[in-house]
Amino acid sequence: MKKLISGWTLIKLYTILVYVWMFAPIVAVVILAFNPQQFGTFPMEGFSFKWFVKLSQNSTILDAFKNSLVLGSLTAVFSTAIGVPAALAFIRYEFKGKEFLNTLLIAPIMIPEVILGVALLLFIRWLQQPKSFALLLIGHVVLTLPYVLLIVQARLVGIKREYEEAALSLGASPFQTFREITFPLLAPAVFAGMLFAFTISFDDVTATLFWATAQNQTVPVQIFSMLRTSISPEINALGAVMIVLTVSIPLAAGYVARRFARGNTP
Amino acid sequence: MKEKPWKPWLLLSPSLTAVFLLLIVPVCFVVVYSFWLRAPSGMDIPAFQFGNYAKFFADSFYPVILLNTIRVALETVFICLIMGYIPAYFFYRTESRLKPFLMILVMLPFWISFIIRTLSWINILGDSGLINHLLLKYSLISTPLPMLYNEGAVIMGLIQYLLPFMILNIYVSLDGIDKSLTEAAQSLGCTEWQAFREVTLPLSLPGVSAGCLLVFVLTCGTYLPPMILGGPNNEMIANLIFKRVIGTLDWPFGSAISVILLLLLVIIVYTYNRYMGINQIFKSLSKG
Repeated sequence: MKKLISGWTLIKLYTILVYVWMFAPIVAVVILAFNPQQFGTFPMEGFSFKWFVKLSQNSTILDAFKNSLVLGSLTAVFSTAIGVPAALAFIRYEFKGKEFLNTLLIAPIMIPEVILGVALLLFIRWLQQPKSFALLLIGHVVLTLPYVLLIVQARLVGIKREYEEAALSLGASPFQTFREITFPLLAPAVFAGMLFAFTISFDDVTATLFWATAQNQTVPVQIFSMLRTSISPEINALGAVMIVLTVSIPLAAGYVARRFARGNTP
Repeated sequence: MKEKPWKPWLLLSPSLTAVFLLLIVPVCFVVVYSFWLRAPSGMDIPAFQFGNYAKFFADSFYPVILLNTIRVALETVFICLIMGYIPAYFFYRTESRLKPFLMILVMLPFWISFIIRTLSWINILGDSGLINHLLLKYSLISTPLPMLYNEGAVIMGLIQYLLPFMILNIYVSLDGIDKSLTEAAQSLGCTEWQAFREVTLPLSLPGVSAGCLLVFVLTCGTYLPPMILGGPNNEMIANLIFKRVIGTLDWPFGSAISVILLLLLVIIVYTYNRYMGINQIFKSLSKG
C-alpha cells in the first residue's frame, strides 16, 4: 500500500523549511541594502547603490574596516604560529598528561565570551595598562586558539608519518624533509587554521565590546554603536558587505586550498 | 628518528603559556575580585567579604534574571533540537548529489557575523518588517503585530546563532551509525518507524546531548540577542555583567555575577562530562 505522502517527503519539506527560516533574515539584509528609501524596511521601492556609496565615504567605518582587517590578519598569524606546534605535539607525540592538556587547551570554547571579556579587561586594569590594540590582539588570539587547535588537529590526523620517514631514509636531510615533505603536507592545515582564526576575529563582537575603544573599533563594534540609534539602510548595506566578504573569502580560499592540496599530494 | 622527550613540551609551551597567562590567571583574577569592595573612586579595595554575592541574592531582582536565563536557555535548546534533528537525519539518509553543498550551507552562518545575524531579525519581525508588511498588504491585519522586543524575538535570534551547532552535533553522531543496523532491524520485521525509534534514535543520543549542552552553555553566555531583540524584561545574566562592567564600572559586583554564571556552567559541564564525556563536543566542532 502506498501512502499519499511518504515520511521521507515530509522530512525533505521540513529540511527545506528550516533552510528558509535560517536564510530569510540574511537574504533580507542583502536585499534591503539596495532600498533607496530613508527607512531600511519593506516595501522595496526602487533599487540603488546609494547606501554603499554613503558607506564608502564614512571615514569611521572605513577606519573600523582597516582595523578589523589588520586585527584579523595578525590574529590569524599569531594564533596559528602557537597553535600549529601544539597540534603537532598532540598528533605526533606520546607524553604524560596529553589528554588532559588537550582538553585544557580546547576547553576555553566552553567559557562564555562575556567572562573572557571581563577577565582579560580586569587583568589589564590591574596591570594598570590602558585598553589598546594589543589588548584586542591578545584577546582574539586567546579566543581563536582552541578553534585553530581543533581544525589543525583534525587535518593533521590524515598526514602519515611514513612520508617523512621515507624521505629521511632515502637520504634527505631533516631540513630538506621539512621543506619538501612536511611543509607542503602541513600547509592546507595551517591555511585552514588561519582562515578560521581570521573569520572568528573579524566577526567577533561579544568579547570585543569589552576590549574595544573609540580609537580601536572593529566593524561589528561599529555596527553595534550604529544600532543604538535605529536600524538604518546603512547598517543593512554594511551588513551586506560583511556577509559577502566573510562568506566569499572562505569559499574561495577553500577552493584554492583544495587545488593546492591536490597538486601536492604525493 | 630518535624521540626526544622534551620535544612535545617545546612545541606546546607557547600555547600553554598563552592559555595560562591570558586565560587561567585572568579568570582566577575575576574570582579574587568578586570578594573586593567597590571604591567610590579610583581603584577598588582588596578585601575578602561576600557582600557582592549577598547583594545578588538580597532580593528577587537578580535571582529572577538568573532563572530567566536558565528558562530561555532550556527553551532554546528544546526548539533547536526540534528544528535540528530532522535536517541532521536528512543529511544522514540522503543520497542526493547536493549533499556536500547543503552541508556547506548549514555551516555558512558560522561565517556570517553574529551581530548581523541577530539584527537581521529586525527586518523580518519589526513593525515594518517582512511579516507585518505581507500581512498588512493582504489585509489580514490592520495594525502591525508586535513581534519584536519580547522573549520570542530573543529566542529567534538565539536559534539563528545556535542551530548549526545542534545540526552538526547530531549529524556527526548519526553519521557514525552503520546503516546496515536499521536494515537488519527492518528485515527482522520492524517497521521503518520502529527501526528508527529502537536503533537509530538511541545511537544518536550522544550527539543530541552534546548539541544540547553546547547550545545551553552558549545561550547562557550571550548578551547580544536580548540587547538587540529583547525588551526591558528579557535581560539575561550576561547582560547584567555587561552593564555592571561597561556601564556602571562596578567591577567587584560584575565579577561576582561572572563567578555565579561560571559556577552554573561548571556544574552543568561537569555533570555532563561525568556521564557523557566532553570529547563528543570537540569531535563535532572540528567538522565545522
